[in-house]
Amino acid sequence: MNPSVETLRRAFGKSIERALVSCGQTIVYVDRQRLREVLEWLRDSADEEYDYLVDLTAVEYRDPERPLEVVYQLRSLKRGAELRVKVELDKDQPLDIDSVVPLWWAADWLEREVYDMFGINFREHPDLRRLLMWETYAEGFPLRKDFPLRGRFSRAEQVRQALAANPESHYSMEELSVAQAQYDLPADMRERLERGERGRVPEPKVQDDG
Amino acid sequence: MAEKRTVELDLATPGLDAQGRPIRVPLGVADPDVMDREPELTAEHMLLNVGPQHPATHGVLRLVVELDGEIVRRVVPHIGYLHSGFEKLGEYRHYNQIIPLTDRTDYLAPMANNVALAMAAEQLMGIEVTERCTVLRVIACELSRIISHLVWLGTTAIDIGAFTPFLWTFQEREKVYNLQEAWTGARLTTSLARVGGMMADIPDGFERDLRTFCKGFPPVLDEVDRLLTRNAIWIGRTQGIGPMTGAEAINYGLSGPMLRASGVAYDVRKDRPYLDYETYDFDIAIGEHGDVYDRYLVRMEEMRQSVRILEQALDRLPGGPLNAADPRVILPPKASAMSDMEAMIFHFKQVMEGVRAPVGEVYFAIENGKGELGYYFVSDGTAKPVRWRIRPPSLLNIAALPKMAEGHLFADLIAINASIDIVMGEIDR
Repeated sequence: MNPSVETLRRAFGKSIERALVSCGQTIVYVDRQRLREVLEWLRDSADEEYDYLVDLTAVEYRDPERPLEVVYQLRSLKRGAELRVKVELDKDQPLDIDSVVPLWWAADWLEREVYDMFGINFREHPDLRRLLMWETYAEGFPLRKDFPLRGRFSRAEQVRQALAANPESHYSMEELSVAQAQYDLPADMRERLERGERGRVPEPKVQDDG
Repeated sequence: MAEKRTVELDLATPGLDAQGRPIRVPLGVADPDVMDREPELTAEHMLLNVGPQHPATHGVLRLVVELDGEIVRRVVPHIGYLHSGFEKLGEYRHYNQIIPLTDRTDYLAPMANNVALAMAAEQLMGIEVTERCTVLRVIACELSRIISHLVWLGTTAIDIGAFTPFLWTFQEREKVYNLQEAWTGARLTTSLARVGGMMADIPDGFERDLRTFCKGFPPVLDEVDRLLTRNAIWIGRTQGIGPMTGAEAINYGLSGPMLRASGVAYDVRKDRPYLDYETYDFDIAIGEHGDVYDRYLVRMEEMRQSVRILEQALDRLPGGPLNAADPRVILPPKASAMSDMEAMIFHFKQVMEGVRAPVGEVYFAIENGKGELGYYFVSDGTAKPVRWRIRPPSLLNIAALPKMAEGHLFADLIAINASIDIVMGEIDR
């Protein structure tokens, strides 16, 4: 067991939940309310120095009773130590968690991906948009266990939506605001943007055999 | 008849300093302060869309660039055009069945991905592989690093305007591909490794051909080196472009040559050794300025070091069995599966049920050509993982593109993007 778990317990008491070792790697569960505090302490404390966020992801188990887990894989480049910090999110509560982008820029896209794939909302993330799927994707969160392997919509429905999509919707609002300010856009498009209208998401049809 | 004259072109190639390294153009020359000199140009920003179908984006990457004249003020990358849901697919497959998916993530270095996946699964299941298998895997990983860097070198040189290195590097890459084809039967989708061993042993003549390659390859690198390293145009286009300090590189989660070019001496092969890398004699290249030029130098040196590792691996390649003697994971020989009852049962169970992994989870990383490639498996005791996560080095590296490119010229954005060495199959997965 990584000795950082003991020092964490001394520093944060009850907010550090269970810890275990799997394949020689230490996993420690942390209370979600104090997650950012704990990670910041792990990063900055002189004895810990977990300065490198290797990976950030989420896990949903096949057992529907088990909560979702957000996983932070930390590494101290100086000490060569590794620690996996996990936070459990109950499915019957809103899937909210503090963003760690203020600590590591590496978390920016990783959190966007977790949001995209699992629907977990990272509070205070500067730009929480879908990363891999397009912004108007309406089928849900693909890596959740209730998401069927072939997708929620039939292939015919997916094609219909793709053809009906507004090409403008492939720019993010932020990007379009640049062009809009310069009056580079056609008048009708600018009007729509001023109303805040994005690419229209068509209503899904009930899935047929497609 | 007019007298033939030889015109000596002075391309202002910088000389060498006392240590024999090329003298650097001072940082910052590529960032002219146009704003002060031409205030009327600063009024309008332009939005420019690059890609997703564009040769300089190395795949289906789309960049939306906000330009102030020719200066990049903001870059918003859009990814996902190649998203195939590999991680989702992995949850529906046995561990060995996931290996073909890894071919298609970083398709410029498929053998290293195969090996990494097999090793992650082995660590999860607690399987030891044989010595011969370990050495062969080192060969696979280093060959992959070489072909990955060769593609990078060739395409980056083209992006920056030098066409010749592309022809040379792709010729060398072709030789590795021939080796790869002889070994695995495939040039791209190798599916080389298996949990507990390898798909196949190396064919006859492989060692000889690999030694020939190891001899012939460094001179080609020297030629590219002579063409680029002290070339004034190359230096002007790369030095001081897209610099990242060591602290920034760590904060952005960069890995591989991108991290090391910024002066951070971290290499998974040295710091978390796997495949007995600690017993090989090789150096890791460290940059100083974290710019495009240093990334180039780091990758050039890594290829030379890979050749060193390959030669050592060939020297020590032991005989003996290729696959672990573990009937849970390795299929019995066909002849005994047809005649021996027990072997047939193992065969049946492996094919029908797959290999069960104990409850637990593992994060396993290798140093891939692009950076730290990590596989994270969570198992609930069945033959299929609950979660298969790829930690793609390219994804974290390209995420730093806006930071690196802002304030540079648009042409430099192309150079910076090329220097990251992305492969979209891995970013989009």
